[in-house]
Amino acid sequence: MVDYVFERHLSGGILLPANKTTSTAGPIHRGFVPSKLVLALRQHRGNAAVPVVAVGERVLKGQAVARAGAAPSAAVHAGSSGWVRAIEERPVLGGHGVQPSLCIVIETDGHDERVPAAAAPTWPTDVVEQRAAIRAGGIVGLGGAVYPTADKLATPVPCKTLIVNGAECEPYISCDDMLMRENAAEIVSGTLLLTDVLAAPRAIIAIERDKPQAMEAIEAAAQAADDTRLKLAEVPTIYPAGGEKQLVELLTGEEVPSGRYPSEFGYVCQNVGTAYAVQRLRAEREPLIARVVTVTGGGVKKPQNIEAPIGTPIAELIAQCGGYNEGVTRLIAGGSMMGYALPDDETPITKATNCIIAALADEVRTDMHEWPCIRCGDCAMVCPSRLLPQDLLVAAVSSDFASLHTLGLQDCIECGCCDVICPSQIMLTERFRVAKRSVAARERIPVKSPGQD
Amino acid sequence: MRFDQPTAPHARPIVSVPVIMRRVLYALVPAMLCHTWYFGPGLLLNFALTAAAALLTEGLVLRLRGRPTRHALRDCSALVTAALLSFALPPFVPFWIPLIGGAIAITLAKQLYGGLGKNLFNPAMVGYVFLILSFPVQMTQWLPPRMGDLDYRPLSVGEHVRYVFTGHLPADLDVDAITRATPLDLVKEGLRAGRPFAEIRGGALFGDFGGRGWEWVANFIALGGLYLLYTGTIRWHIPTSFLSGLLVPATVLYLIDPSAFATPGFHLFSGATMLGAFFIATEPVSAAGTDRGRLIYGAGIGLLVYALRTWGAYPDGVAFSVLLMNGTVPLINRYTRPRIYGQR
Repeated sequence: MVDYVFERHLSGGILLPANKTTSTAGPIHRGFVPSKLVLALRQHRGNAAVPVVAVGERVLKGQAVARAGAAPSAAVHAGSSGWVRAIEERPVLGGHGVQPSLCIVIETDGHDERVPAAAAPTWPTDVVEQRAAIRAGGIVGLGGAVYPTADKLATPVPCKTLIVNGAECEPYISCDDMLMRENAAEIVSGTLLLTDVLAAPRAIIAIERDKPQAMEAIEAAAQAADDTRLKLAEVPTIYPAGGEKQLVELLTGEEVPSGRYPSEFGYVCQNVGTAYAVQRLRAEREPLIARVVTVTGGGVKKPQNIEAPIGTPIAELIAQCGGYNEGVTRLIAGGSMMGYALPDDETPITKATNCIIAALADEVRTDMHEWPCIRCGDCAMVCPSRLLPQDLLVAAVSSDFASLHTLGLQDCIECGCCDVICPSQIMLTERFRVAKRSVAARERIPVKSPGQD
Repeated sequence: MRFDQPTAPHARPIVSVPVIMRRVLYALVPAMLCHTWYFGPGLLLNFALTAAAALLTEGLVLRLRGRPTRHALRDCSALVTAALLSFALPPFVPFWIPLIGGAIAITLAKQLYGGLGKNLFNPAMVGYVFLILSFPVQMTQWLPPRMGDLDYRPLSVGEHVRYVFTGHLPADLDVDAITRATPLDLVKEGLRAGRPFAEIRGGALFGDFGGRGWEWVANFIALGGLYLLYTGTIRWHIPTSFLSGLLVPATVLYLIDPSAFATPGFHLFSGATMLGAFFIATEPVSAAGTDRGRLIYGAGIGLLVYALRTWGAYPDGVAFSVLLMNGTVPLINRYTRPRIYGQR
């Protein structure tokens, strides 16, 4: 008997072309070993990991090359066997774009030799030790936020509900869909493991309606697991239903107050990929050394999902997919709505990289002309935070900080819905990002009151 | 290999200003053809002349303001203003009326405020009100519909065009012989004189609900409005609240005294009701910006239209009502902001 949770209300959102059929045509390509791995020490939110290997050392697949730093942090592991060739700064995509970041560079030797099973510790029974194991296993949130999972599992209040996010609402990305189709049993076991660690009374696996095969697989696995805490939810196919706060609203009807995290109110959200990773850690003693990446777009010859070792250079991933097609103009890490346009394909994938889009000119916005705002209000209609982007735009352009605050700039989740619906084609999201930066900069500078010296 | 690096979102915008404006123009085509069928070539001439004046002055003022003209002239917004204004004009006016109307709408109401998106008042309605205040005689030269069984000799197309550009009429006709009071005029004067509504609407110019011919134009305008709703060009809030604001008092007062007040059906299919509800009040720039605000804004216009038609000096009140409510928009917007997600 599988229990269902029915959807509640979701504000705003927009129906977008999914562009997921080409990458879901075949199974996940597994067992790919690139010629080198570039492992950033800070590929998660929080503090950088600390290297525990030296240049010239041989490392095995699954061996920790950097231990977790001060919490929140997570360890980093080698995805294949090889030699540490350098520990140096390399350009890596992080939270603030592509920036030089300290990396451990490994030249793989092709043997893909694992750490001996006997060397791995057994799975602990104590919750605190389990969290420590998850931290040492390098597991972070694989939905894109890459917050260290162990730290997210130490909740400030008792967890009411674990929400396992399989919505995957953003166009082009299909890695979670494929993982659910192929590894549903591991995802369900991982979900129950996380439920145990959180001592949560219930867990909901939420999947968007446009993924019937994933739903079927998860349903069968849930049936087999036969756990009353486990519920499933089919959520509407609308972007951004998979946003953390949006999913909480959609499944519980509750809103997470402005500037707070769901975990402060008893809701913990984890991606299905994270559930899979913790199950791999428990069952196989395998730390987070690889993730499923969707390589897609009209600019790549053979779009597909690849289980790629963390640190694989994007160029090697593209080569594995048959290389580029003529006319590729943009390389995006992430989806078409919130992804980051990369300058070149030399950067490696990180734990955050769920998708690489090699886009042709006609798939992406290239004409940057803007008409004046005609105040149609369609941006307000699609805004999941119920903001008034047309008014925020006026406030942002005139640097009216008081209005920016009352209009809720801080609640903008930068989903990009307003940009896509705007008939004047105004680049609203980018303006809001810039405005957020100036608000932050302004708050750092102490304001002098008149008369003060 | 190097790639371009604009910021997210990378997805293409799904619509553009010219596309929206063109949809509005397409939506008016059936009503335009219907209008021409019943009232002759007047509307088409008016549209051509207002459009010419609107585009010319738009280009000229943009040049004077030192603004680029290429995108602004191709956005079709001046053509929409021209089309709406030409529907508001009587179909039998000298050529300079639409020319002045188009020029005033664009310069006074739109460009002087800063161009597209900056106007506080609906440009087409500003143009119309300017004309009706300045040239009241020409602005009441309405024609009866060509229904065949009316005791009336319609002008040929040649005679009509000749009058528009030269002011000459065939020897056996003068302007008074050609023009007729509109059904709204007849109802207003009749009710003022104390005649019961049922008797007034027994006249030859009246059809099933509104005026003969006029009600069919209204049907086609409503059809165009449904197309705009279907394509998401406009949303339901303003038409619904506009029509409710008009029909609720019309129904209540008609039920109280059926002889002293016009039927709700007459209000619905007469004058500029449909044009106002679907095309004029929905002009986004000068309308309220929030969903709740639009309900208030539309209802306000509807109520004012009813009040002006029933107790005001002019037979119709759509233009004045829209302009009055345009003035309240900043206040409405201020007090109808939606509650932000996660805020109380």
